[in-house]
Amino acid sequence: MNLDAKIPAGPIEQKWDKHRFDMKLVNPANKRRYDVIVVGTGLAGASAAATMAELGYHVKCFTFHDSARRAHSIAAQGGINSAKNYQGDGDSIFRLFYDTVKGGDFRSREANVYRLAQVSLNIIDQAVAQGVPFAREYGGLLANRSFGGAQVSRTFYARGQTGQQLLLGAYQALKRQVALGMVELHTRHEMLDVVVVDGVARGIVTRDLVSGKVESWAGHAVVLATGGYSNVFFLSTNAKGCNVTATWRASKRGAGFANPCYTQIHPTCIPPAGDYQSKLTLMSESLRNDGRIWVPKEAGDSRRAAEIPEGERDYYLERFYPSFGNLSPRDISSRRAKEMVDTGHGVGHMKNGVFLDFKDAIARLGQDVIAERYGNLFEMYEKITGENPYQVPMRIYPAPHYTMGGLWVDYNLMSTVPGLFVLGEANFSDHGANRLGASALMQGLADGYFVAPMTVGNYLAGVPREPVNADHAAFRDAEQGVHEKTSRLLGVNGSKTVDEFHIELGRLMWEKCGMERSGAGLKEALAKIPEIRERFWREVRVPGSGDTLNQSLEKAGRVADFLEFAEVMCWDALTRDESCGAHYRVEHTTPDGEAKRDDENFAFSSVWEFKGVGEKPELHKEPLEFEYVKLSTRSYK
Amino acid sequence: MNLTLHVWRQAGSSAPGRFETYQAKDVSEHASFLEMLDLVNEDLTREGKEPIAFEHDCREGICGSCGMMINGVPHGPNKMVATCQLHMRFFHDGDVIWIEPFRATAFPVVRDLVVDRSALDRIMDAGGYISVRTGSAPDANALPIRKHESDLAMDAAQCIGCGACVAACPNASAMLFTSAKVSHLGMLPQGQPERWTRVVDMIAQHDLEGFGTCTNHGACQEACPKGISVDFIAHLNRDLLKSSWKAAEPPASAVAGGR
Repeated sequence: MNLDAKIPAGPIEQKWDKHRFDMKLVNPANKRRYDVIVVGTGLAGASAAATMAELGYHVKCFTFHDSARRAHSIAAQGGINSAKNYQGDGDSIFRLFYDTVKGGDFRSREANVYRLAQVSLNIIDQAVAQGVPFAREYGGLLANRSFGGAQVSRTFYARGQTGQQLLLGAYQALKRQVALGMVELHTRHEMLDVVVVDGVARGIVTRDLVSGKVESWAGHAVVLATGGYSNVFFLSTNAKGCNVTATWRASKRGAGFANPCYTQIHPTCIPPAGDYQSKLTLMSESLRNDGRIWVPKEAGDSRRAAEIPEGERDYYLERFYPSFGNLSPRDISSRRAKEMVDTGHGVGHMKNGVFLDFKDAIARLGQDVIAERYGNLFEMYEKITGENPYQVPMRIYPAPHYTMGGLWVDYNLMSTVPGLFVLGEANFSDHGANRLGASALMQGLADGYFVAPMTVGNYLAGVPREPVNADHAAFRDAEQGVHEKTSRLLGVNGSKTVDEFHIELGRLMWEKCGMERSGAGLKEALAKIPEIRERFWREVRVPGSGDTLNQSLEKAGRVADFLEFAEVMCWDALTRDESCGAHYRVEHTTPDGEAKRDDENFAFSSVWEFKGVGEKPELHKEPLEFEYVKLSTRSYK
Repeated sequence: MNLTLHVWRQAGSSAPGRFETYQAKDVSEHASFLEMLDLVNEDLTREGKEPIAFEHDCREGICGSCGMMINGVPHGPNKMVATCQLHMRFFHDGDVIWIEPFRATAFPVVRDLVVDRSALDRIMDAGGYISVRTGSAPDANALPIRKHESDLAMDAAQCIGCGACVAACPNASAMLFTSAKVSHLGMLPQGQPERWTRVVDMIAQHDLEGFGTCTNHGACQEACPKGISVDFIAHLNRDLLKSSWKAAEPPASAVAGGR
């Protein structure tokens, strides 16, 4: 597996400009003769498809949703970072770069992160020009807030709906190209395989989710923007449809999967209310600015919050971390909450949460001030739980949220399969072992609007212009594989539902490969996953047929892929015998219980090569070098 | 709680539909409406029957995928929420619930509770955007916008495209949806150059898709999970009227004698 990252030479601040100048251009008259396939219509996919169509390429774009406006980018609440320095508070491209590398706990590639910080400026300009209604000050200029522990105010936001507004901006740009006939948009189409011909990505195979028709599509380049895989845990903040299928099937066709064990847990979600729970809802982290986190001192205490006197409450984050207290970083807060629940201090009828209490803040600032700051969030909490957080403390618990791992890409966002590009959460490129708040939207749009349209063009300039078609035998083979898998799923006819297996896998992954991992636990998981997978293929029941809308079948295919992919996650977590960022190995902690990195042995990205279902994948390493940000240990004491 | 559900089942767009009756047993008041349906579907699957198809994704009220008629009301009895955020505490033990797809000529049923809302996307194709090439934008702060206008545009921009407004309207009009986008873009300075053609083109497509005419009934606003105001329809109508002379203004080159 060739892991040449193709990082341009020269000083970091000149790499991208120089690279753009060095790239080959496609003659405008020839652009329409190139077909580009884009899979996914979230921020990264929609922005890439729209921009490449504007440039003149012929784009075929696919989404499994009924509309290109529904991808889970839409749910991002907090905001989007940009080094605009509109607040004049000392922000700069270098500072955003520095914060991102450090926040990623020194497990990302410097050159990519620097470029991300550079193009973050253009993203805001682009979004505003499209009509994205970012929050403004009375003077008419854009407002900013600080977010996720950053010491500068660089986050742009549109109420609690920043993801929605940015996605609608990209969707509108895409719709314009659809109307102009430059983008062929295929909704309700799920990508089920990547077709590789002579070692080069040449197309995809899709299933029409309404008619069941399996079809091949050829292109000169294939772009995957298919999001993350947190749903491997069953319960996560992701939308129900989020899955690993596209990236996993690409991985089976030769694309290396990088750092799959880097999964981020968000500390402030609403805990599950029962066994029927289908997903978890995130509450913005900003709540921790004014809320105090506590549990009853006595394990097993089932009194209501109001009945527990002050002296019998344990404000454990304030106790453990006197200087950062309730604002301790995501991973630390999450682990401590789990520890409290595991030792019997959990609250709520399932004893599966910790309190986030606004009583003191309301007494100090008044209910009006709290309502002004968090009104929307309080309403949302009440809608879901039926409890009024002005009167009783919220209950929160950590939940799987974002996956930093993804398909390995070089500086050009191309995977180890030539012609196969990967954007947004689906790739591994910018966040290292931990993502900072408000950086996911930034990366998706950076990749889609500003990076991929350039680098894909450079790739196309070097491939023959001859029309491509889906005649090659590799397309028939891939279609055949899809048909076989479909009939196999429908044919098991066992007694258990798909969700029963998904829940079983999710629990196992959460316990053994979730916010805390141990060598012994990971080995247990590696023994257990093949066993669940084997039972799945023996006992699952997928009703209905393959030639109609069949949501059970869609779900079954995705869970079957999670059952294969989960093993790579565990291999990665087991092999990375250090703690870093969101990857916390209990064997590697500082005396204070913090993640302890091992830069001497693990300053690399792990890239896994598929070797067969149930076979141990082969590990390849991309060494990481830090020229501009000095390796250091973080401390929040 | 235990509930009796009458659910619309329809195998495909051209197949006949009918109500089927199911019992939902031991439903927790904390479950969401969709989680209640999940449980019914799990039981149906175990019994070897086909589960009820319904659209859903984010389950936090923002993606706009979900939506169904619950006792004749789009998204059910709780105000300002999509179906995914409706919780069972709004129901009582022994309740009988009628569940149907959103009904409109322009929303053909795909299967069970799933309808085809691509007509809304085609209204967007007709002009629901600002034409700006990637990379050609001026600095974001080069154009100050009054906070009031920006906030009002944001109020309109919140539409999640679920189609509840269409389902609620006795005329099956998509005017609230269309007006939300026309207003969002038309209220912002960036949206001015295309303002007068946008409204005409989007309305033309709206009518072509088979949506009905707005007769100021107001049911759409009541059903909207985002509380989008019918004031935006008035805004749209004003723009539509003005467009009859604004859109006809000769291009600047003609006025300047450029020809």
